[in-house]
Amino acid sequence: MAPGRRRSGSPLVRWVLRIIAVGYVLGLVALPVGTVVQHTFENGLEPVLESLRNPDFQAAARLGVFVAVISVLINTVFGIGISILIVRYRFPGRRLLNAIIDLPVSISPIVVGIALIFVYGTNGWFGPALNSMGIQIIFATPALVLATVIVALPLVVREVIPVLEEAGTEQDQAAQSLGANGFQRFVRITLPTIRWALAYGVVLSLARSLGEFGAVRVVSGSVAGVSQTPTLFVNDAYQEFGAQAEQDAFTAAFLLMCVAVLFIVVIALLRPKEQNQ
Amino acid sequence: MSISVSGINKRFGDFVALDNVSLEVPTGRLTALLGPSGGGKSTLLRIIAGLEFPDTGSVEIEGVQATWLPPQKRSVGFVFQHYAAFKHMTVFKNVAFGLEIRRKPRAEIRQRVMELLELVHLEQFADRLPSQLSGGQRQRMALARALAVQPEVLLLDEPFGALDAQVRKELRDWLRNLHDEMNVTTIFVTHDQEEALEVSDEIVVINGGRIEQVGAPADLYDRPANDFVMKFLGPVTTLDGQLVRPHDIELLAAPGQEAIEATVTRLTRVGFEVRAELRTSKGGSEPWVQLTRIQAQELDLEPGRSVWLRTTHAPKTLAVS
Amino acid sequence: MATAPEIPAPPRRRPRPVSSGRLSAASGLGLGVGMLWLSLIVLLPIASIVVVALQSGFGPFREAVTDSEALDTIKLSVGAAVLVTVINAVLGTLVAWVLVRDSFPGKRIVEVIIDIPFALPTIVAGLVLISLYGPQSPFGIDLVGTRRGIFVALLFVTLPFVVRSVQPVLIDMERDVEEAAASLGASGFTIFRRIVLPTIAPAMLAGSALAFARALGEFGSVILISANLIGKTEVSSAYMLKLIEQNDTTGAAAVATLLLVVAVIVLVLLDSLQRLAARRD
Repeated sequence: MAPGRRRSGSPLVRWVLRIIAVGYVLGLVALPVGTVVQHTFENGLEPVLESLRNPDFQAAARLGVFVAVISVLINTVFGIGISILIVRYRFPGRRLLNAIIDLPVSISPIVVGIALIFVYGTNGWFGPALNSMGIQIIFATPALVLATVIVALPLVVREVIPVLEEAGTEQDQAAQSLGANGFQRFVRITLPTIRWALAYGVVLSLARSLGEFGAVRVVSGSVAGVSQTPTLFVNDAYQEFGAQAEQDAFTAAFLLMCVAVLFIVVIALLRPKEQNQ
Repeated sequence: MSISVSGINKRFGDFVALDNVSLEVPTGRLTALLGPSGGGKSTLLRIIAGLEFPDTGSVEIEGVQATWLPPQKRSVGFVFQHYAAFKHMTVFKNVAFGLEIRRKPRAEIRQRVMELLELVHLEQFADRLPSQLSGGQRQRMALARALAVQPEVLLLDEPFGALDAQVRKELRDWLRNLHDEMNVTTIFVTHDQEEALEVSDEIVVINGGRIEQVGAPADLYDRPANDFVMKFLGPVTTLDGQLVRPHDIELLAAPGQEAIEATVTRLTRVGFEVRAELRTSKGGSEPWVQLTRIQAQELDLEPGRSVWLRTTHAPKTLAVS
Repeated sequence: MATAPEIPAPPRRRPRPVSSGRLSAASGLGLGVGMLWLSLIVLLPIASIVVVALQSGFGPFREAVTDSEALDTIKLSVGAAVLVTVINAVLGTLVAWVLVRDSFPGKRIVEVIIDIPFALPTIVAGLVLISLYGPQSPFGIDLVGTRRGIFVALLFVTLPFVVRSVQPVLIDMERDVEEAAASLGASGFTIFRRIVLPTIAPAMLAGSALAFARALGEFGSVILISANLIGKTEVSSAYMLKLIEQNDTTGAAAVATLLLVVAVIVLVLLDSLQRLAARRD
């Protein structure tokens, strides 16, 4: 903002507002975050390394990354498809579709988990049929993926839709008149147009997917080394007694926090590129 | 005959965009589709390009039945009012797009693109992104892009509509020269009669989804088929219940044969011309007349003075045949 | 020229232009697949909640939601969500205002910090808060097992919503309207109340709606600090989890349905307020 355009309000009011705003943000967020870092390293580096060598932690990390990557892939493919449908086509139920996408952010993750049990659980609507085919969903990896996909559902769509709307269909028509077929237009025009929004949505989804706790807590069963994700590991380790267990919880939390901050920084770097377009 | 359109009907909901339109465009000509906005001219252009499809009727391009061909199967270049530049590609890549789709050898693409960029005077901008070009430059790039695939027909939809007056005028001359050089059958849509009169070999006046008249610019100006065409192509005024062009009224200082007496009510000077507003003594119609400065001086015009009017041409409107 | 072109009959499957917005065969198939997928992962599960809640009739449903423990958790969750939403609507707007209109060293760091609650896993947020306000608090403040602890956790996780929805509107706001008001003699506060507030009100309400929904269903960040004391600090989501783990599906579904209804009512209310506010300018 140009300094000359700054409001000529009284400097006292400005300082008071500034102190309240910055104080609130720092007190509410930065201070607790800093305390976790301090907690994690209060006994030096060795206990932290000990936590990292814990096989349960390593298994949880592998499972967490696996579930997050699969979920993000699914949400990216469907997110692009649904965004194109919503922006480019008019059909009955379009507004409804638009609203359904946002639903998962408005309901409790616990409700999401419970709903999955009702539909895919052993006594659920599809559970028995799937079981007889030898497919187990609840208390197994598929449920983790499903729960994660649901809670991160709108993130890609909400990033891609505004960019597609802004771009319009003229470039697509121009490409068509130059001989490009549908697939060529998608690869050469649509994808490059949405690439930054897509990257942004993927990073957001990845953060949400790695960090999901409530819905996963309901459907996982949280068996260490089998169905325990990093967030479940943090919870379970913290509930256990013993200094090393608590250290494990803080180490895992610290790592998840570093990943979260990394994502925020990546997003902050992506944002200007998106606006430049 | 390069393009042959016959019996085209097109509705959008209740709105009739085109009403039984037939048109023949000869090869190698530069044709303007002229008319007010919402009159159907852009729809007709888009149907020729395959960007819209008619409800009924047919389109033939160079003898090929094209009515239901998708745009990528027609040999048609299309230029949009807002350029439709591929924003994420350089100028070079934009122009090369159609050739890459056709899997031409790389060396051939490079040579052809550079030739075209030279033709549109953008050779030094090959590595820029469209966002780094001015509107006029973007439109020239869009033109080069459309020409790259050597289309049989070039279609331009209000190509200069988004540009400011000065650039418009330059690009107009440039388009005319380019056409004379390349001789591609070209149709462009415009709502600007001056643009159509200046650039085209032939003008098609479209209004309310129908073709009002087709003809050479001078013919249309001098022999409009109806009042609409007359009004749309140039200034008009009413004298004695007749539509007349204000520069076709002669002012006399003294009574003359078939001249009507009138009083000058107001004089306005606009650049090199003088506009005289008048009131006729009989009938009380209020025509206005375009004069040169010298004519006005010779007549010693001033408000309140009596003059005599007569038309220098035969009545202009023809009955619609 | 004289040969009248033969008018072709349209092909059985008419081509659709890109711009028409009507579905072609391929996009229709895409729509079908997309709707099927959404039905399987969103619509069907949500429908299952309501169906399970009511499948043994209305009696058990009423019993489940009027159970005193259930009522306590619902009152706590709704009350806390309302309180937290109001606080963050006010303070979030203030933060957005300072970030847009003020500049000071470290502003970019504050920008990054605001996003942390979005990106941080909720259980990590819970751990973060308990390490500051728990038994080992460096300031000696122990909020474990108190309702204040729940408020702090909910304030933490809902902070970004209002800030991030108000900020772009403030950035886009035409400054000359404020300058015109000032030139007409309006004071700073009057300008804010009469000019700025009506402009940002829709964004504030939109952000508040998201914050409310989030606070109402929050689980991970609350569960550690609340200690889950029945009748005191047990929130609805924790209660539902307990019920489903005890295999009380009807109870869990009933509470979930009630929460869905509350969320829908509040979202619709805020949405209509938002439309009302948006129409004013």
